[in-house]
Amino acid sequence: MASDSIALDHNGHEPSYLEYEGKHKGLLGWILSTDHKRIGILYLISILSFFAVGVTLGFLIRLELLTPQGTIVGPQAYNEFFTLHGVIMIFIVVIPVIPAVFGNFFLPIMLGAKDVAFPRLNLLTWYLYIIGGTLVLLSLILPGGAADTGWTFYVPYSVRTGTNMIFTLTAVFILGFSSILTGLNFLTTIHRIRAPQMGWFKMPLFAWSLYATSWIQVIVTPIVGITLLMVIVERVFHVGIFDPSLGGDPLLFQHMFWMYSHPAVYIIIVPAMGVISEVIPVFSHRTIFGYKFIAYSSLAIALFGSLVWAHHMFATGMSDTAEFVFSLLTFVVAIPSAIKVFNWTATLYKGSIELEAPLLYALAFIFLFSIGGLTGIIQGALNVDIYLTDTYFIVGHIHYVVFGGTGMGLFAALHYWLPKMFGRMYNKKVARVAFWFVFVGFNVLYFPFFILGWMGMPRRSYHYLPQFQTYHVISTVGSWILVIGLVLMLGNLLRSLINGKKITERNIWGGETLEWTVETPPTFENFENIPDVINGPYEYKQNEPATIEEEVK
Amino acid sequence: MEKNKAHEEHGYGMYILVWLALVTLTGLTATVAGINFGKLSIAVALLIAVIKSYLVLTEFMHLKSEQKSFKVFVFVALLFICISFTLLFTDYSFYVR
Repeated sequence: MASDSIALDHNGHEPSYLEYEGKHKGLLGWILSTDHKRIGILYLISILSFFAVGVTLGFLIRLELLTPQGTIVGPQAYNEFFTLHGVIMIFIVVIPVIPAVFGNFFLPIMLGAKDVAFPRLNLLTWYLYIIGGTLVLLSLILPGGAADTGWTFYVPYSVRTGTNMIFTLTAVFILGFSSILTGLNFLTTIHRIRAPQMGWFKMPLFAWSLYATSWIQVIVTPIVGITLLMVIVERVFHVGIFDPSLGGDPLLFQHMFWMYSHPAVYIIIVPAMGVISEVIPVFSHRTIFGYKFIAYSSLAIALFGSLVWAHHMFATGMSDTAEFVFSLLTFVVAIPSAIKVFNWTATLYKGSIELEAPLLYALAFIFLFSIGGLTGIIQGALNVDIYLTDTYFIVGHIHYVVFGGTGMGLFAALHYWLPKMFGRMYNKKVARVAFWFVFVGFNVLYFPFFILGWMGMPRRSYHYLPQFQTYHVISTVGSWILVIGLVLMLGNLLRSLINGKKITERNIWGGETLEWTVETPPTFENFENIPDVINGPYEYKQNEPATIEEEVK
Repeated sequence: MEKNKAHEEHGYGMYILVWLALVTLTGLTATVAGINFGKLSIAVALLIAVIKSYLVLTEFMHLKSEQKSFKVFVFVALLFICISFTLLFTDYSFYVR
């Protein structure tokens, strides 16, 4: 689309993407728009809505576990709650959230492009996402009830249960297509339509993280798609694929499921690492330490992280050779993650640190993800894993990695980029207060899980022995504190969109990447002319008294 | 863009030939499924699938006339899938007789 086709406002300025009126107006102007920024906003609204459903289910699960016997719901409803909580949070919230919202909105701008490579395909991914999400919610209200297998859909139970499994499996299959197409779009965008001077090593680290993530999405998502399709075929036509009573092999399902679902952890976490790599240099006013190492470590995580899936199966009776190989690879994958953490902390060293909300969440990410990652290494050891398999330790680990990692990355991104997206600033003081509620609530809620797991409390259990109750009560109180924090945080952001302080300043935080050179909020076409990219993305040298290298000398 | 001209120079003849080859190979897959190759049955099925994928990638998806970097990435992706499959079937053959 040529820029001369855009109607200018009465001041002669190009209107922002929020005000722009194309062929369609009002709601249609949004749901039929192929503008990457509007699609990012569509995703933001949808994903946060599903997040609210997921949080509500999690809150109810914790309430149920306040007492050792039934508290508020029966065992079947409890099974459906934790399954739906997992399915929504994993497949509908954390897998798409950072690429689909912030990747869509900022990747083209960061690369000096006017849109993604395939704008229509981009809109299609959102429709697929909505269809998938709706199917999951439908499974809850239709006769038969929601899936009750846990988010892992293990056979043979997923083949035999009478609940609406087909809805949920089909939903995840469709959501997979949405994810693959987003990945494909980003790969093409990064390869093909970067600004001419935007070399690979001038790309922001957020773009690098999306690049690595997109490869994982494109390569491994088809595996889970075909696996879930086979479960549907097995349920409907009774063909023996995974169910042993039909001549199938349940371990084959586990292998194929985790071939996707372990790399999916990296689809979830790597974009959040990208956000942290953006936030830390901006709020410490320092050039990022080890740019190339951070960039390459994203690719290394993508590669090695895709080859560790069977560490979820150490207790299933795999061959000793496979157990040894997968245990070793699990230890190896910790290295690129540690490279990032060390580089971030080295960036903070002697920086002019500004403790605004985005940096607080970034620091929380490092702290919580380190706990999540290190407890993952504990489970990577074969002998310890046998003891910890299917206990609350696993539940604690996944929440520290996924919520402590991607959740904090998402909250950092919201506080960092939302003012740019809407041209309105939130109340910074309330944001900081909300952070402490979230951080304290998170740890009070999830840390007892490690202790419970170590004591032998099995996961997904409706009843539990009375000696576990104290930790369950602490955890449930934590969920209340966390919910207060989330309501405060999201309420503050939402309020800012309605009557927050208007900002037109381009560079709100003093960033060096291209999104801070465009208007606030960005115009429909992002740039009047394709930008010149002279410097790297994090050049703060003028603010730095001395580099670490100089000090070492 | 210059490199993409090779796509347009492709005649339809090649596409039809490739399509015929794919149909024949699909027939072959169905035929060999009825023959008991023992432990090699997966390898035979995969071999046919590899030939079909190669034809689709090089001819239909024009990888033949693409930049070298694309070929490298596709190669790395395929290599990764091969490693995954090797790891999977190493374990699978352990408990399936």
